[in-house]
Amino acid sequence: MIKQKVRVKTFKIDDITVTGQSDQTVLEVAREHNIYIPTLCYLEGLSCVGSCRMCLVEIKGCRELAPACTSKIKEGMEVVTTSPDIQAHRNMILSMLFSERTHTCSVCVVNGNCELQDKTVELGLEHSLVPYLEQRFEIDASHKNFVHDPNRCILCTRCVRVCDEIEGAHALDLVDRGINTRIIHDMDEPWADSQSCTSCGKCVYVCPTGALYEKDISTEEKLKKTDIILNLIKSRKKDD
Amino acid sequence: MTDAADNRYKLIEQTMKKLGYDKSALIETLHVAQESFGYLQKDVLKFIAKRLKAPYSKVYGVATFYHHFTLKPQGKHSVIVCLGTACYIKGSKKILESIEERFGVKVGQTTPDGILSLLSARCVGSCSIAPVAIYDNKVKGRLSIEESLEKIEEILR
Amino acid sequence: MITSIQELQKVAENRKCSEENIPQELRVCIGSSCLSQGSDAIQKDLEEAVKAKGLQNRCRVKGVGCNGLCANGTLVSHCDSSKKEQTLYEKVTASDIKELVKCVEDHSVYKEKRCDTNQPFFTKQNKVVLQNAGVIDPNEIEDYIAHGGYSALFHVLKEMSCTDVIDEVKSSGLRGRGGGGFPTGLKWESVYKVQSDQKYIVCNGDEGDPGAFMDRALMEADPHKIIEGMAIAGYACGANMGYIYVRAEYPLAVEKLDHAIKQAKRLGLLGNKIAHSGFDFDIEIRLGGGAFVCGEATALITSIEGNRGNPRQKPPHLSDYGLWGEPTILNNVETLANVPTIIKKGAQWFKSVGTTASSGTKIFALTGHIKNTGLVEVPMGITLRELIYEIGGGVSDGRELKAIQTGGPSGGCIPVEYLDLPIDYDSLKSIGTIMGSGGMIVIDDSSNMVEIAHFFMDFCKSESCGKCTPCRVGTTQLTLLLEKFINKEASKADLELLKQMSEIVKSASLCGLGQTAPNPVLSTVRYFENEYLEGIKDD
Repeated sequence: MIKQKVRVKTFKIDDITVTGQSDQTVLEVAREHNIYIPTLCYLEGLSCVGSCRMCLVEIKGCRELAPACTSKIKEGMEVVTTSPDIQAHRNMILSMLFSERTHTCSVCVVNGNCELQDKTVELGLEHSLVPYLEQRFEIDASHKNFVHDPNRCILCTRCVRVCDEIEGAHALDLVDRGINTRIIHDMDEPWADSQSCTSCGKCVYVCPTGALYEKDISTEEKLKKTDIILNLIKSRKKDD
Repeated sequence: MTDAADNRYKLIEQTMKKLGYDKSALIETLHVAQESFGYLQKDVLKFIAKRLKAPYSKVYGVATFYHHFTLKPQGKHSVIVCLGTACYIKGSKKILESIEERFGVKVGQTTPDGILSLLSARCVGSCSIAPVAIYDNKVKGRLSIEESLEKIEEILR
Repeated sequence: MITSIQELQKVAENRKCSEENIPQELRVCIGSSCLSQGSDAIQKDLEEAVKAKGLQNRCRVKGVGCNGLCANGTLVSHCDSSKKEQTLYEKVTASDIKELVKCVEDHSVYKEKRCDTNQPFFTKQNKVVLQNAGVIDPNEIEDYIAHGGYSALFHVLKEMSCTDVIDEVKSSGLRGRGGGGFPTGLKWESVYKVQSDQKYIVCNGDEGDPGAFMDRALMEADPHKIIEGMAIAGYACGANMGYIYVRAEYPLAVEKLDHAIKQAKRLGLLGNKIAHSGFDFDIEIRLGGGAFVCGEATALITSIEGNRGNPRQKPPHLSDYGLWGEPTILNNVETLANVPTIIKKGAQWFKSVGTTASSGTKIFALTGHIKNTGLVEVPMGITLRELIYEIGGGVSDGRELKAIQTGGPSGGCIPVEYLDLPIDYDSLKSIGTIMGSGGMIVIDDSSNMVEIAHFFMDFCKSESCGKCTPCRVGTTQLTLLLEKFINKEASKADLELLKQMSEIVKSASLCGLGQTAPNPVLSTVRYFENEYLEGIKDD
């Protein structure tokens, strides 16, 4: 891979002139300038996969919409973060996520603390544009502290990445493919039997929905702790 | 360990050794494992994971991603009906349905007695002689529904 | 070891000499299609019968790759040096062996099974890439060398610089035969320009399009041509390692390639310091595992690295960040097989075949409701009418033509009104389909187009890797929606939703699979909307 020197680049997001370093992404620069772009699979501190497609933006001169989280900035580029077309895309993608599994907020443990739910409020999406697929999966409550409910999973793979990249255990991964894809522990074994899991709970802290949650605490307390990752990275750097 | 004496494990070991126990050897190793064991059982997958120093979940994830790999034991005989485009428009779906009905087995499954596995393929590249089915590794083309059933009776005999 | 052009020529002459001593040849097609009809047994029986008659010094029996006319297999061609033309026999079975041996014995022709090679199926073709298919024995490197093989590689190593090769390929106008149609020379140049100690050449033999088997036939019939093409690509951009990624469903192709690589290594045509030139190049085979998505560049690369075949967002492109993070060229089998000929005959010659923007030939797999199913190689710019009615012999069973599907699950259906359209990358794109890898499925009037669209969507659904939302959920939703139309339970709103969702899956998906998955739906809605309207129930 060619390694280039980091340079300062100036470009526009929604007609606002912004600057960033050439190794930064559109999303990173936008956040620094308090320009909001919705995300789900993105989490600061973890690798970017660009899979949920919520952060699609328009880059002038490009034929296709591009995910802000993986698009590197370029000098003079013009980014548009909202338009009727982009909005239509986000609504459809969000509807698809809702239709895929069973997301019934009223009975969900993270009701009020869910990133998926937040997105519907932000986008003003009142109902799914597509019919529900009503897939049913078994809940794994074998672990003494945590529960895995695949019915609320949106396959953002934050848990897989945090376990591999931050905890270094790689206890989680994906099984099967396409619409049948699921998160598994070890070789699709009950969580309690996992030999790789360190019970550190990071996967639970970063899960954007109620797919992974702590046992025995009240719904009100089920706050996610996504910033724990950045703090960890920072303190590790200090140690070096 | 009796496993170590098992010739089939040796074959797997050889493959990994040839590829330097690198993580990229995983898929090649799975191919060899499936060929020698007939399917990928968890013990074998765990053995491979340990030797390649790969996480269990990753090995399992890879093994289930590729449709060529099967985690269930296969029947003594197998029929693979091609469902590629050319075969499809020449009626391979009807062939599949007739086999399912006659032998009481759904696609992807094995008869309860473990004799016959019915599988489908996404194109075996023999489109010019569509519709095609593979009976115990022998390709047969230009099948009619009756022929497709007779061929199974033949291999079961 | 062959280290010079002279030595290469000597190998070729020795082979030719031995051929002259044996004036006749019976070439039995052992390509997959004929093989499935027992052509290997026919080859064996012929060998024995020839021996029994004491004719082994007058006639050689050899197995060759696909001849093209798979519909009429098993094909056996008889070459007799006392005659100008070879005689092709079709639908040969065990009972014809006696007659064939008799032909050898008294230089006669067995009229009953003779295949007319003056029919358009043969005369309208222009075999460039498939020149050796059905002629040489894929198991014998000497046979390939005798037919001019590896001379392009030697020429390149001795006479041309890296940029010479790239310029030649660039000016030939060769475009990627895997479907995208990206100019091959530009791809090579971008990798050549990147500074790196390690670069890779990857050959994409993961022919996943259902209904396409060009690459399979090529790998089975002429594996050395692909190896030679890869070595030339390696030399041009400074790579010394190549991988061929082949579908596990093609065991015969794997066997032939594996054998060919070993032979090439034995003769020093692969390995260290090829032809004393200081150029090292090695090739390894990697097996696919039955995942269509692995035909996508980034997914294929990650699969070679031993992972789930999930694609990643581009850029970075493979020329910057490919296999193990190094600059990588990924070319399709047919693209690489074009390279030796371009070097040998020159870019100008290559440009003289085909059209201005799409030069050269293209191999198509003619299948479906058509008389002459099989493989054909034609110059770009030929019309669909010529291809279907002249070469293909028209629609089978006396039915009417309804549509032609090209490009597999990423392509679209072409209605009859475009029959006179010249086929090239751009013309197909303009009518909502793509060239793809060259699968051409002829659909007659007995077929329902919504069902065809459903077939492809269902295919994409089960081949979606599941990484990005629009493809994972969208292909499932679209499949279900199409089922509503098939069951005549759809509403007017469903048709709108179908169109809208198709557009969004197309523009929002991460990789080529999702981005092209709605094409069969969109093209059938465009040309056959009435069939969708029939699926709407009355309120």
